[in-house]
Amino acid sequence: MAKHMQHDIDKLKAKIISMGEAVEDRVYQATLSVINRDPAKANAVIKGDREIDDMEVEIEEDCLKILALYQPVAIDLRFIVAVLKINSDLERIGDLAVNIAERGLFLAGQEKIEIPFDLSAMVNLAEKMVTESIDALINHDVRLAHHIRASDDTMDAMNREMYTKLKGMLLTDPDHVNNLMHVLSVGRHLERIADHATNIAEDVIYLVDAQIIRHTPELYDE
Amino acid sequence: MVEQSIYPKDQEMVITTSQVNFFYGPTQALFDISLLIPTKHVTALIGPSGCGKSTFLRCLNRMNDTIPHSRVEGEIFINQKDIYAPGTDVVELRKEVGMVFQKSNPFPKSIFDNVAYGPRIHGEKDPKRLAEIVEQSLQQAAIWDEVKDRLHANAMGLSGGQQQRLCIARALAVGPKILLMDEPASALDPKATMRIEDLIGELRTNYTIVIVTHNMQQAARVSDYTAFFYEGQLIECDTTPKIFTNPRQKQTEDYITGRFG
Amino acid sequence: MKTNNTADKFILLALRLITYAIVLVIGYILFDIIRHGAPALDWQFISSFPRRSGAAGGIFPAIVGTFYLVVGTIAIALPLGIGGAIYLAEYAEQDRFNTVIRLAIVTLAGVPSIVFGLFGLGIFVLFCGFGPSILAGSLTLACMVLPTIIVASEESLRAVPKGFRDASLALGATKWGMIRTNVLPYSMSGMITGSILGIGRAAGETAPILLTVAAFFLPRLPKSVFDQVMALPYHLYILATQHPEADRIRHMQYGTALILLLLVLGLSLGAILIRTHFRKKFRW
Repeated sequence: MAKHMQHDIDKLKAKIISMGEAVEDRVYQATLSVINRDPAKANAVIKGDREIDDMEVEIEEDCLKILALYQPVAIDLRFIVAVLKINSDLERIGDLAVNIAERGLFLAGQEKIEIPFDLSAMVNLAEKMVTESIDALINHDVRLAHHIRASDDTMDAMNREMYTKLKGMLLTDPDHVNNLMHVLSVGRHLERIADHATNIAEDVIYLVDAQIIRHTPELYDE
Repeated sequence: MVEQSIYPKDQEMVITTSQVNFFYGPTQALFDISLLIPTKHVTALIGPSGCGKSTFLRCLNRMNDTIPHSRVEGEIFINQKDIYAPGTDVVELRKEVGMVFQKSNPFPKSIFDNVAYGPRIHGEKDPKRLAEIVEQSLQQAAIWDEVKDRLHANAMGLSGGQQQRLCIARALAVGPKILLMDEPASALDPKATMRIEDLIGELRTNYTIVIVTHNMQQAARVSDYTAFFYEGQLIECDTTPKIFTNPRQKQTEDYITGRFG
Repeated sequence: MKTNNTADKFILLALRLITYAIVLVIGYILFDIIRHGAPALDWQFISSFPRRSGAAGGIFPAIVGTFYLVVGTIAIALPLGIGGAIYLAEYAEQDRFNTVIRLAIVTLAGVPSIVFGLFGLGIFVLFCGFGPSILAGSLTLACMVLPTIIVASEESLRAVPKGFRDASLALGATKWGMIRTNVLPYSMSGMITGSILGIGRAAGETAPILLTVAAFFLPRLPKSVFDQVMALPYHLYILATQHPEADRIRHMQYGTALILLLLVLGLSLGAILIRTHFRKKFRW
């Protein structure tokens, strides 16, 4: 009996990993479309959201099936629960990538503006966090998961810096308010992506250590 | 090996076992078992076949005494009395600690005589009192309504599930405080099993129950505490939710997830 | 190549034939005895003493003698046999000593009855000083049927499911209490079966009583256990072989045989009725 369950669990693991990789790619393409002002890339991301949604539904149904048929316990149970939650976080990251792509589409049709803060740094950090969260899941790497949680603080700091700088720019360069608002949006979306990546990291900690570590920001060691 | 900390601080323990070793002749079957059984709770003993859980259970009412060349070392205290102390009255012990067996074994007598057997051999002769005891026990075993009109029918005519509930009533009739159940539902169909499990849930308010089961879902459904035995050793004991969501020992986890056994 | 079907049919046929053959043989024996013996049966035959050394008259004292012997044998052998069986089945351990005991019992069952007769002569008649008597005869016959009773009783005790014993002990019964209330009642019918077999042998064996109790002619019925008796098998033996008019008193011989048969059947029937009663009462 355990053989069938193990087989289904392995298949599920492969699916969630492949969804993670697809979502990683969407985020990368979406942020590129903003930085390079590339409408083609943006459209590709927007159209590709359907695929992510389908994957999410499939993974959720697989989880329900495993729960109903095998009544898993202990680590198997925690794995299914973690996958259900990570599934939902990944789908949200995908939606956020679409939002970023939509901003990119808009900005591509505008004249190029100077971005006073380091958007690339935020982009890189967000992408890194998503990638690392998937790695932590694959490798059951709790240290990496804690590291991701720490990175979220950095992202929040960058987000605050972005607000300050943009506020300054609005005062000095009021004609470009529209574009700047879109850039602000992109930054916020990146910050939200980082939050979801952090959730994934916390789900990995639950899976491995059976500790529910949400809402306890100080409980980690590096 | 079992930490007191898994139990609430003022939890009373009706059974305390300490470093129990059991031998069938030269073969050792139990190794240093130290397990506490909390009062008026259900403790489940799980583990693969041959791991010693039934052997341990039978130590608690000294049913292993019937096996020639068997030997117990260590201490088992029930209600603060060492049950293996020389001079212990085994008959009294078995009045305190009742047992229900895997294969239901009603006597080929009437339903009434089955339940009355225990009180009778302990000297109860008054027919009114016997009738009271029989009715009470059958009520407690949730089978009174089904048999109250045919108490003098032969017990062998009952279905498997009914027979097992009759055996439970029979055990309750002598007034034990502790009930030992050795895979009580393993020979029953799912519906009958469910009734036994419901019954255990009802009985736990008045009795301490120790149940051996090889069905882990049953242990999960029915017990407050679960102890995992493997090859004669107590590997882990903890609250049932903890065992089934996050056991401390890898062996426990491997067993309950079906990786072995 | 033969198919299964053919082999099955052949075997069935062969077994049927064998069974019919056995029934035929027994039937013929019965028929023969009844045919030759029935004419001799009348009230006088059963109720009066023999005259002319058994060539005429009746066989009443022999009937009484056989009856006493059977009762005496059962009275001795049944309690001893059941007691021994209870010990072996419930109390004895499975060690070498008890294996030897069991072996001895089974071997004893195969000892020729004349050997028992000599044994009885030596021990009961001579050594114990009972002389030829009902007591000596019953004791000797008891020794002879004891193995059968022990084996049958032990089997029937073992047949009682372990579950009854366990449940009984778990409810707080003492060991003897458990045996008395929850094992013995259910093994009754098997024990009675053993006694039926014992009755048959006790009533019908000639050799053991030859040397220990039987006499060919006694003027009176026995007054105590120390008296000798006449017995049907011995009476038949003498009538058929030693009597000067043996070839002319076939009807007496057959009549004796028939009475013996009827006596054994009657006693067995009684035991069967008792067994049926127990079977119904303690069905499991």
